[in-house]
Amino acid sequence: MNQPATQPEVTIIEGARPLGGDPVDVVIRDGVIESIRTPGDASDPHARIVRGEGLVLLPGLVDLHTHLREPGREDAETIRTGSAAAALGGFTAVHAMANTSPVTDTAGVAIQVWRQGRAAGYVDVRPVGAVTVGLEGKRLAGLGAMADSAAGVRVFSDDGRCVADPLRMRRALEYVKAFDGVIAQHAQDHRLTENAQMHEGVVSAELGLEGWPAAAEESIIARDILLADHVGSRLHICHVSTAGSVELIRFAKQRGLRVTAEVTPHHLMLTDETARTYDPVYKVNPPLRTQADVDALRAGLIDGTIDIVATDHAPHTHDDKTCEWDVAAFGMLGLPTALSVVIATVGDGLGWDGIADRMSTVPARIGRMTDQGRPIAIGEPANLTLVDPDARWIVRAADFPGPSRNCPYEGMELPGKVVATFYRGTATVLDGELQW
Amino acid sequence: MKHLLNAHDLSHEEAVLILDTAAEMETLTDRSVKKLPALRGRTVVNLFFEDSTRTRISFEAAAKRLSADVINFAAKGSSVSKGESLKDTALTLQAMGADAIVIRHSASGAPQQLASSGWVDGSVINAGDGRHQHPTQALLDAYTMRKHLRNNTGDLEGVKVTIIGDVLHSRVARSNVQLLHTLGADVTLVAPPTLLPVGVQTWPATVSYDLDESLPGSDVVMCLRVQRERMNEAFFPTEREFSLRYGFDSERLARLSDDVVVMHPGPMNRGLEIGDAVADSPQSVIVEQVANGVTVRMAVLYLLLGGGPADEGTPR
Repeated sequence: MNQPATQPEVTIIEGARPLGGDPVDVVIRDGVIESIRTPGDASDPHARIVRGEGLVLLPGLVDLHTHLREPGREDAETIRTGSAAAALGGFTAVHAMANTSPVTDTAGVAIQVWRQGRAAGYVDVRPVGAVTVGLEGKRLAGLGAMADSAAGVRVFSDDGRCVADPLRMRRALEYVKAFDGVIAQHAQDHRLTENAQMHEGVVSAELGLEGWPAAAEESIIARDILLADHVGSRLHICHVSTAGSVELIRFAKQRGLRVTAEVTPHHLMLTDETARTYDPVYKVNPPLRTQADVDALRAGLIDGTIDIVATDHAPHTHDDKTCEWDVAAFGMLGLPTALSVVIATVGDGLGWDGIADRMSTVPARIGRMTDQGRPIAIGEPANLTLVDPDARWIVRAADFPGPSRNCPYEGMELPGKVVATFYRGTATVLDGELQW
Repeated sequence: MKHLLNAHDLSHEEAVLILDTAAEMETLTDRSVKKLPALRGRTVVNLFFEDSTRTRISFEAAAKRLSADVINFAAKGSSVSKGESLKDTALTLQAMGADAIVIRHSASGAPQQLASSGWVDGSVINAGDGRHQHPTQALLDAYTMRKHLRNNTGDLEGVKVTIIGDVLHSRVARSNVQLLHTLGADVTLVAPPTLLPVGVQTWPATVSYDLDESLPGSDVVMCLRVQRERMNEAFFPTEREFSLRYGFDSERLARLSDDVVVMHPGPMNRGLEIGDAVADSPQSVIVEQVANGVTVRMAVLYLLLGGGPADEGTPR
């Protein structure tokens, strides 16, 4: 089960609808889209034929926020299993967060992660570099060295922790301008969220769980928007979870600032009401908020205030999730279900164009990936995802590639099924199954 | 009713049944021989992940008076402190054949997790979880109120209860608000705004920051324990200021009717949330609450394990 089995040189995807448009045949040769023809027009006796009638063709999805856990927590996920989960979910690129052990705060670790991704071969694994050494919020990590390395790091984040010190945040925002990097901030005021367990509101009051107030996210976002404005830097805000945050980002965009933001699929679908079960599968950071927040996030994603969907895929072992809520780990699986959750929650509002924009084109652009998130056009790299828009499927985490099962959608029926994923022309997924 | 996890889960009918059963238990155990054979051969495990001698011995006395076998399991090394996990502990108790597990835990929701996990078959009784719930405390408080104000029958319709102190961190407050509401009482919560949870406005209670404005007309005044360390976390400036603004002292007691019922779930901080003289006043039923605790817990164990209303196979 190592490298992909030898695959044919030529693949023809027959009759699929790019971005839901008119059906075409797409011919892939040597990892590149060679031609796009009217249906039935393409033929090659040696080609692998993939039937695409009734299916929608998207550019391969790009995740700006993934936790692959390797190195350090291979019992929860490895780069191999995580990138397999990504392929299964229609992704052709993921950004692997830096909060591993050791932390990705040097070029050495970044290159190692990048190489492991290449060896797995399912997707581009782009390491995210830590902003500060050991995520400790003090000395800057080797930002330039990571950027200049073979891994080509452009996104830097202490995700899991906030770059709390305003001066260090300012310096980081400034420093990465030299190589067109971006700081992806995990916006959380730690003093306001000490021992916080869930969204602070009506439900936390009743359940007796320590609250995580919306203001703890919004105050950091407001500060960072002002800093980004002052120093003219790019700023990306991770996993926006509140209605107030959407308003702040709207303000930043109206001022023409280079501020981008992501929302996770789970924040588009689930609310703090789920905590009533006390099942730690719903424990996540930032926490699930109220329906009013969910509504604002959906509207913000549709109107473009929020630029992208990012999964914050966060595998955890059974032990770390089968315990009291207070001591359970934060985070949930997201890669295999992301597209379906987006279709279910904002599919009508975004359309296929919008989904491709928010889940492929723009995340690739924020991460400065040049051969991902490209249009479906002749000469472009064949990073493609084939989706059955009419299929519905029951989520079974036991079917996912990795060892972790902390999926909040277990047993739910979701719309839209990834039928095939092509990564530089190689089919990583066909008929909904991993190819190796 | 299989488990008792949450005061909110109790219907009016169920709550009154528990109180009526407790009343019956009380008459039966007034005799010189206090023991009833009702739960002979049944095993009750007191699973305490958090120290609480008074609640544990109350449950232990209740189970023993019903002739149950009692196992005390002080799970010092809870998974909170990276010891044995809740799951493994539960599986151990299941293997020992526990008919009921009385659980006290510092983590809110642990009893609900235990009851819904499939790890154990027996009844789960919440003996206090985090700052979430302590339903038997609410039941014993309601029982005590009913005895003093309603001749120990029916519900608490129209009884005015004022609860003072640290509502934010209190499972007693959460349980009492829900149960007293179910039983028809009017509850007022009085605390500094820092010690009320965000979201309290949706609770079935009146909320006030002013004790002197809230006290008149109270039938019951219940003080909640305020941990002295809270002032170090900026919940209030000093103990002195807290007791001046929110302490239930003799002067405040003197302004109320002689029939007012003064309660405290214990352990008390005399001189902080409750005046020394108030705790020992004739209106104070704090010691009686302890006795009623055993009676009410007998009723709960009996109803959950005995499998029927009290008039069916009642021990006589």
